[in-house]
Amino acid sequence: MSLFVFGYFTLLIAGSSAAAYYKRSEAFGVLFTVTLASMLFGILWGQVAFWTVGIIFASLAAAAGLGYCFRAYMVMLLPEQASRFMKSAPLTASFGLLVIIITLLFAIFAEQIAPFGERQIVGDVWEPATAEFLLGTDNLGRDMFSRLIYGAQTTIAVALAAGILSFSIGMFLSFTAAVVGGWVDQVLSRINDLMLAIPTLIFALVVLAALPQNIFVLVAVMAVIDQTRVFRLGRALAIDIVVQDYVEAARLRGEGWFWIIFREILPNVLTPLIAEFGLRFAFAILFLSSLSFLGLGIQPPEADWGGMVKDNKDGIIFLVPAALYPGAAIAILAVCVNMVVDWLLNRTASLKGGRG
Amino acid sequence: MSMLLQVRDLKIGATAYPPGEDPIDIGIVHGVSFDLEKGKVIGLIGESGAGKSTIGLAALAYGRGGVRITGGSVLLDGKDILRYTKAGIRDIRGRHVCYVAQSAAAGFNPAMRLADQVIEATVLHNIMGRAEALERARYLFGVLGLPDPDNFGTRYPHQVSGGQLQRAMTAMALCSRPDLIVFDEPTTALDVTTQIDVLAAIKHAIEETETAAIYITHDLAVVAQISDDIMVLQHGNTVEYGSVQQIIEEPHEQYTRDLISIRSDIKPEQPDQSGALLKLEGIDAEYGPNAKVLFDVTIHLPKGQTLAVVGESGSGKSTTARVITGLLPPSKGQVLFDGQPLPPALKDRSKDQLRELQMIYQMADTAMNPRQTVAEIIGRPLTFYFGLRGEERRRKVTELLDMIEMGDPFAERYPAELSGGQKQRVCIARSLAAQPRLLICDEPTSALDPLVAEGILKLLLELQAETGVSYLFITHDIATVRAIADSIAVMYMGKVVRFGPKSKVLNPPFDDYTDLLLKSVPEMELGWLEKALAGRKMAAAGN
Repeated sequence: MSLFVFGYFTLLIAGSSAAAYYKRSEAFGVLFTVTLASMLFGILWGQVAFWTVGIIFASLAAAAGLGYCFRAYMVMLLPEQASRFMKSAPLTASFGLLVIIITLLFAIFAEQIAPFGERQIVGDVWEPATAEFLLGTDNLGRDMFSRLIYGAQTTIAVALAAGILSFSIGMFLSFTAAVVGGWVDQVLSRINDLMLAIPTLIFALVVLAALPQNIFVLVAVMAVIDQTRVFRLGRALAIDIVVQDYVEAARLRGEGWFWIIFREILPNVLTPLIAEFGLRFAFAILFLSSLSFLGLGIQPPEADWGGMVKDNKDGIIFLVPAALYPGAAIAILAVCVNMVVDWLLNRTASLKGGRG
Repeated sequence: MSMLLQVRDLKIGATAYPPGEDPIDIGIVHGVSFDLEKGKVIGLIGESGAGKSTIGLAALAYGRGGVRITGGSVLLDGKDILRYTKAGIRDIRGRHVCYVAQSAAAGFNPAMRLADQVIEATVLHNIMGRAEALERARYLFGVLGLPDPDNFGTRYPHQVSGGQLQRAMTAMALCSRPDLIVFDEPTTALDVTTQIDVLAAIKHAIEETETAAIYITHDLAVVAQISDDIMVLQHGNTVEYGSVQQIIEEPHEQYTRDLISIRSDIKPEQPDQSGALLKLEGIDAEYGPNAKVLFDVTIHLPKGQTLAVVGESGSGKSTTARVITGLLPPSKGQVLFDGQPLPPALKDRSKDQLRELQMIYQMADTAMNPRQTVAEIIGRPLTFYFGLRGEERRRKVTELLDMIEMGDPFAERYPAELSGGQKQRVCIARSLAAQPRLLICDEPTSALDPLVAEGILKLLLELQAETGVSYLFITHDIATVRAIADSIAVMYMGKVVRFGPKSKVLNPPFDDYTDLLLKSVPEMELGWLEKALAGRKMAAAGN
C-alpha cells in the first residue's frame, strides 16, 4: 500500500470522526460517504478511482463553497431587507442563483463575450477542444463555445417571453374566473380542461406544423399551452382568497373587478406564483429544446441548445462529445432554476402562518 | 384522600424561528403548581395565550407542535410521568389520562361509526374486550343523556349534532375508566342552549364515574358550575389559585376581579324608539330552492340606536345581515333605509347607499388584506368615497386611528403585527372612514378574550355617542346584548320570535324559546347549573 493511499484514508477517517464528534451531521455524511465510496471503488479499479472520486467530490465541494461565498457576498452587498432574505437561502439555492446570474450575463452580452460569430465556420468538422476552440467545433465546423453562448441568448429569451406571456394570460383568465364565478368560470374552466387533456408536445407539433415558422408564433404557441397550468394554479389560489372577508368587504364597498383582482387578490398569491414561474421557466427551456430537437423550434442556422444537441447527436457514435455540452447546459440551468424555486417555495410555505 | 395529580413548578417553553435570525427560546409556562385529588375537578381559566391548554396537555406528558416541557414535574399517582419512556407514556395515555378536545367535529373520523371510535383506545389498551367496551359505551351514552343510547353508536359523526358529538367525545374519554380527564374548552364552540346540556352531562358523568378532571375554559361562569378548585392564569403565570367559593366570592387579585365583573355595567335603553333608520318588511330569503332560511322577518332600527339580533348558530342572524348588505337579495319583502327602499342586489345600489351601510366582521383576521398596511386599509374608503389623497388622506387616517385609541405609529404596520383586539379596532376604523349611518356588527367580539371584547364594546358605545351611528349588532351572547342594546330581536329557525325594546324583551312574560335562551346563559353564581336544570325539569313537568 502506497503512502498516498494510507494518507488518503487517514485524512478521510480523521475528518469523518471529527465531524461526528462535533455533531456536524451533514459534513459527517458527506465525508463518510466519500470514505466508503473510495474503499469500494478502490478495490474495484485501484488507485485511479481515488482520483475520480476525489475530483467528483471536490467539484461538489467547490460548488458548495462557491454557493457559500456567493451568499455571504450578497448578504454583504444587498440592503437590509433583501440581505435578511438572502441569509435564509440554502447553499443549493445560492449556487443556483449564481449560475443563473452568470448564464444571464452570458446571454445578455453574447456579442461581446463570444470569441467567434454565431454562424461563422472557423475550422474542421468536430475538432477536439483546443485553446482556440474551448469546446471544439460542431458538425459544420462552427465554434461550439460561441454557439453555446448565442444559444443561451435565444433559449432564455424565448423561454422567458413564453413564460411571461403564459403567466399574463393564465393569471388574468384564472382570476377573472374566480372573481366573476358562475358561467364565466364554468366556460373558462371547461375550455382549460379540454386543453389539458391534449398531450402538449403533440398539440404543439400539430399547431407549429400548420402555422408559419417564426419566433413569435413559437412563443405564442408555447405560452398558450403553458397557460393551462398557470390557470389551474391561479384559479385554485384565487378561489381561496375570493371567499375571504376582506374581499367581501371590498365588494360591499363597491369596488370593481380591477381593484379586487389587482389589489386584493394578486398581492396575496404573488409568492406562490413567482415560485411557479421559476418552475415553468425551467419547463419552458426543456419544452423549447424538445421542439428544436424535433425540428419545429428555433430554425437553423440560429443557435439554440436543443437544436445544437440535434445537430451534433451523430457525433456521439464517433466519441465526439459536442452534443453533450448543450445537453449539460440545459440540465444545469434547469437544475439551478429548480434549486432556487425550491427555496422560494419553502419560504412561501413557512410564510403562510404569518400571512393568515 | 390521596393526591392523584401533583404538578410542581411546571415550566414549558418553545423555540421560535424568526426568518433570517437566530432561533429564540421563549417561555410559555413559568413554574405552575397545583394538586388534584381523586374525583375532584380543577378549572384552569385565562385568556388565550395564558398557557391553559399547554398545562392541560402536560398532564398527558404531551407538548403540542414543538412545545417542550423544560422543567418541573408532573406526578400521577406519585410517579413523575415526565421521566417515563415513550412506551410508558403511551400506556398512560388513554388508560389513566384522557383528553377531550374543543372541536369534537374535527376530532372524529368521519368514515367510522361513533361506537368504534369511542371504544377504540379502550380496546387497544386491552382494558376490556370489545363486547364489554361496547356495553360500557352504551351505558355512558345513557349517562351523558344521548338519545337512544343503545343505537347511538351505530351512527356516523355527520349524523349527530355538535353538542351530541361533544358528549360522544366525553364518552370516549370516560370509556377506559381513566383516573383523570383533561377537558379543553369542551363547550366553547357550542350554543348556550346546547352548552347547558353538555355541561350538565359532563358534570353528571364525572360524579357518576368518580373521575378527576382538569377543566380548561375562558368562561369563569362555566367553570364555576363544574369545578372544586380554580386556577386563574395569565401569560403562563398563576394569578390566583383557590377554591371556587373563594375565587368567585372573594377574589384577591385585581385581574380575577376584572374577569368576574365583566359586562356588569349596563347601558340604559333609549326611551324613544319610534323613527326608523332601517326597516325590514316581511323578508324571506333562501339559498336556492328548498333551502329557505328566513321567514317573514320584520324588524326596525331607530336612528342612533342599537338593535341586537340574538340567536343560536343557524338561526338566520348572519343571513339577515347578508340581505341588508345586498349580498343575498331577498325572495320576498323589502329593506327600507331612511324611508327609501334599498335595491335588493348589491350591484344596483349607488355608491352613497353603499357608503352609508358598513360592516364589521367576526374574524378581524380575515377581514383585512394581510398585504396592506393599516394606513392603506383605513385610507381606501377615504379615497374611494371621498376622493381624498396624499396629505389630506394621511391626516384623516391619523384622526381615525386616534378615534380607535391606537395612534399614528400603527399606520405603517401590517395586520399580522397587530393583536386580536387591535385588528378589530382597525376594522372599526375602516368602516367609520366611510362615515356610515348604519354599522352592521357580525359577532365582532365573539372571537376575542373577555377583557379585550369589553374594550371593543366600550369603544363602539363611545363612537355611537360621538358620531350618532346606528348599530345592528349580531351576537349569540346575552351578556353583550344586555350591555349595549336598545332594542332586541330574538331569532330562532329563521323567524323573529320576539322583537321590541330591551326592557320588554328581557323581562317576563316570555315566550318558550326566549325563556330557554335566557335561562341557559351561565351566571357567575355557585349552584346556578343545578337551579337552571331544576327549573327546566319543572317546566317540562308543567307542560
